[in-house]
Amino acid sequence: MNGSAHRVMTAPQHHISDEWLLDYASGALDEAASLFVATHLTYCPECRARAQELEAFGGEIFDRIEPAPLSASAMDAMMARLDVANDADLISDTGVDMAIRPAVEGDVLPAPLRSYLGCDLDQVVWQKRGGGVSVAEIDGYFEQGQQVYLLKVDAGRAVPQHTHGGNEMVMVLAGSYQDENGTFAKGDVEIADGAVDHQPIAGSQEDCVCLVVTDAPLRFTGSAGWLLNMFVKM
Amino acid sequence: MALRNGNGRRALVARRAGAPVHLKVSEVQVETPDDHRALILRISRDRDKAAFAGLFGHFGPRIKAYLMRSGSDSESAEELVQEAMLTVWRRAESFDPSQASVATWIFTIARNKRIDAYRRKNRPELDAEDPALLPSEPVAPDDAVIQDQTALVIRKAVDQLPEEQATMLRMAFYEDKAHSEIAAETGLPLGTVKSRLRLAIGRMRKQMKEFEE
Repeated sequence: MNGSAHRVMTAPQHHISDEWLLDYASGALDEAASLFVATHLTYCPECRARAQELEAFGGEIFDRIEPAPLSASAMDAMMARLDVANDADLISDTGVDMAIRPAVEGDVLPAPLRSYLGCDLDQVVWQKRGGGVSVAEIDGYFEQGQQVYLLKVDAGRAVPQHTHGGNEMVMVLAGSYQDENGTFAKGDVEIADGAVDHQPIAGSQEDCVCLVVTDAPLRFTGSAGWLLNMFVKM
Repeated sequence: MALRNGNGRRALVARRAGAPVHLKVSEVQVETPDDHRALILRISRDRDKAAFAGLFGHFGPRIKAYLMRSGSDSESAEELVQEAMLTVWRRAESFDPSQASVATWIFTIARNKRIDAYRRKNRPELDAEDPALLPSEPVAPDDAVIQDQTALVIRKAVDQLPEEQATMLRMAFYEDKAHSEIAAETGLPLGTVKSRLRLAIGRMRKQMKEFEE
């Protein structure tokens, strides 16, 4: 899969909903979903433009807020800080240490994902789960019950049929897969809720790597119940 | 600039006795999108403290109100106002007038400060310089004049939103509320919240599109 970024990439066909982009723009979206959105935006000029537009709506709404008067000393206190503001030790740009994830060099996976993984795609340490399926867990300050991981399905292999207790968000990072809803290639997003019972099959040419965020364990409906453990264990 | 905000709002930045800088107050009493942009330019080019004071006078109380709407007390809100405005001062060079209005840029800074401080979580963002980024199609020159016009169209579009839709947008943006939380707070069914937000966004987009054509 090395070098896949250098091939001509077509823009994604399956997008992020306005509902999510709005929550991303307002800051209400949780960290795992934000990572998912930021990853998609890297691959998707269309959603980037929509996200930017929603942010601009937010800017206008923000500008109209009924101002809350500052205390009498606020201006002086502010101006006094300007002269020392270039001292990098004085203040972190983000304010909280945990918010800083170092940038990681690379050109295949999107930068937000690289910084969470600490590497690009070629350095990912996979845990084989059998059946041509491997996973690599991603750590972060995620909501309780959420699981965030890379899923690799070997070319031509199928993920066992399953439904979802909650939502499952999947985005292709390399290769492609097919299910009842169509073909999903790099950058494409599929969001499955409890109603979806599907069996994705990886494209035959290339291993399929996806970013997956689930907010509840999957429920396998097919005969391959043995695979249940591989997800539940994570 | 071709378009100016015609509503004539003027806010005089208060001259504070004993302020440790030489504020040219007379220069910073106007307040339109391109005035704000001019102030940012003066900061990035000249480290102009009077220009900064002008921005602080306009946006400081707005950032404070924004933070208090999402649950901050007055004191910690003011601390975060300083943090946010310090970022404006330090990062003025990174403001790109072809991408956003000053209000939008400062909104995103305040939003991120709020997330860092209160939510104790990350908000992963894309990196515009990322080699993995699929670039956008080249578009017509998106200069500051167009950005001004866009800001004006957005302003008009918000003016014309039905109140119930505007309320939903305000709750979403000011109060950092996910749709389910808005539903819980207003007592409206989740579907109604979602459809009002969808309608609001649809209306705004329609106006943007009409403007572009």
